[in-house]
Amino acid sequence: MAVLSYLEAIRETLRQEMRRDERIIIYGEDVGVRGGVFRVTEGLQKEFGEERVIDSPLAEAAIVGTAIGAAVNGLLPVPEIQFADFIFPAINQIVQEAARIRYRSNGTFHVPMVIRAPFGGGVHGALYHSQSVEAFFAHVPGLKVVVPGTPYDAKGLLASAIQDEDPVLYFEHKAAYRSLKGEVPDERYLIPIGQADLKREGQHLSIITYGLMVSYALKAAEELEKEGISVDVLDLRSVRPLDVERILETAKKTGKVLIVHEDNLTGGIGGEVSALISEHALFYLDAPIMRLAGPDVPAMPYAAPLEHAFMVTPEKIRDRARELAKF
Amino acid sequence: MSDNGLTPELMLDMYYHMALARAVDDRMWILNRQGRAPVVYTSNGHEAAQVGSAFALNRGEDWICPYYRDLALVLAYGMTPREIMLHLLGRADDPNSGGRQMPAHWGHAKLHILTGGSVVATQDVHAAGLALASKVLKDGRVSVAYFGEGSTSQGEFHEALNFAAVHKLPVIFFNENNGYAISVPARKQMAVQDVAARAAGYGMPGVIVDGNDPVKVYEVVKEAADRARRGEGPTLIEAKTYRFVPHSSDDDDRAYRPREEVQEAKKRDPIAMFETKLKEQGILTDDTLKEMQQKIKDIVNDATDYAEKAALPDPATLGDHVYGSL
Repeated sequence: MAVLSYLEAIRETLRQEMRRDERIIIYGEDVGVRGGVFRVTEGLQKEFGEERVIDSPLAEAAIVGTAIGAAVNGLLPVPEIQFADFIFPAINQIVQEAARIRYRSNGTFHVPMVIRAPFGGGVHGALYHSQSVEAFFAHVPGLKVVVPGTPYDAKGLLASAIQDEDPVLYFEHKAAYRSLKGEVPDERYLIPIGQADLKREGQHLSIITYGLMVSYALKAAEELEKEGISVDVLDLRSVRPLDVERILETAKKTGKVLIVHEDNLTGGIGGEVSALISEHALFYLDAPIMRLAGPDVPAMPYAAPLEHAFMVTPEKIRDRARELAKF
Repeated sequence: MSDNGLTPELMLDMYYHMALARAVDDRMWILNRQGRAPVVYTSNGHEAAQVGSAFALNRGEDWICPYYRDLALVLAYGMTPREIMLHLLGRADDPNSGGRQMPAHWGHAKLHILTGGSVVATQDVHAAGLALASKVLKDGRVSVAYFGEGSTSQGEFHEALNFAAVHKLPVIFFNENNGYAISVPARKQMAVQDVAARAAGYGMPGVIVDGNDPVKVYEVVKEAADRARRGEGPTLIEAKTYRFVPHSSDDDDRAYRPREEVQEAKKRDPIAMFETKLKEQGILTDDTLKEMQQKIKDIVNDATDYAEKAALPDPATLGDHVYGSL
């Protein structure tokens, strides 16, 4: 078993899947010769040729819209949106077309495709290269929204997403690309979409999170352990569908829940998770549900002090968790 | 047989589908005015453009991505009048959507008619995508996007043509230019006279054709399809035509079109003109025509009765087909 970075895990999964299924094509801005601005697709055009790894014109609605057509006509497109922030020109094609084609055709058409997009901040990307956009799409029936938090999960979730019969948004945290490393089996494996994973077991409180924040929550939990506070860290892995069962399980077990995400607080995934717990596990709670999220400002600013003030960090998670534990 | 491959039988069949479409269309308006159909979108006036283009394709194999104006197109492509009426009345067996979409939102998987939404020009990129797959899979199919001239103001029209031209995709962009986007005239939509002129900006041929002549439309679409199949890339075709009735049953075109203009346009009714031509050529006789008209009447009556008696969707199916599997 090799130790791979989060980015390498994604690239090797793409390679492995493309080798086993000729219908898979990749395209997007700079994904071919350059291998993507983050090099996720590096070497793939060389191996699979220009017909399967396509440098497309710089037009997001066309990237997603043509992927819809290609999927209907027999391919398995894995288009890349260069930054999640650039997905908005394609939002009509995603929300009103891809997500709804199965429904509006009464099940006679469907759109198997995976839209990959790097998201998230902390890399001086400023307002248009830092956003977390998952909540917009998690609102939409017909879509699945996956946000892996480890290299191992990145592989199994991507393979599942490619195999899925419906459109999947696969958000990759760009700060995780090279900072997160872990053991990843060489052989192919699938992690079912919609299954959360308990990344750490504890007794006193639960941190429910996803994406880069999983590693941050684990760091916080490690520190809290030294103070005698033991923490359940539940990694949602997909924000649509949500794993209601495991969310309720951890909430009932510890009775104290801190939900963490980098995305804005209002209308974020935390609200939905919190509502589920309130509806189904209220009388197990020993404290109000707490949320730690990005602030309600339009997007992440560029200058270091502003960016730092926006970001959720392991320290901020630790402090809020401690507060909750003491409640 | 003439050079273009159109036999007298095919020309007669074209005429039949144009007349059938007009009759189905007329019936839909009656049903609407009687309060039996909530809304109607028409193809009245566009029949030659739509039927002529359908006949130039490998129907049921090539992909078409229609818009709401394309009743005559989908009929010529194989959708039956019964299926049309099931769709109009939102019945459970509507093959387009099982009663989920409003009328004229065509889609029929078996016939290779791609389901469409209401936001215009979205289908242009879908057609390019279908063609992208055809290029990769070498399945020999051509895809055709159909759209009004108003939708050429959308960004996705541009994105689709550009993408298709860069990748030399086997796709045809077929514009039905009737001069109005609901009420807005073409001169407020674009500063050029012809949609086809825009093709030059993408490096593809732009062809203008008389959209009221099904044979001419057939010929240009055939040529574009042959070109696409040879791997020479996309073509933009502009069929100049006219819509004889309001945009929909909720529209009143008296607010934006003088009656004289409509009357003048009706002198070039594609069905009347084709009828005259076929009679002149001895392809259509009075007896054949009479017989055909009776047949159409019977088919339209049957379709109406069939759909009105058909079951509505069960409310319990509201949540079906959101996902294939979860």
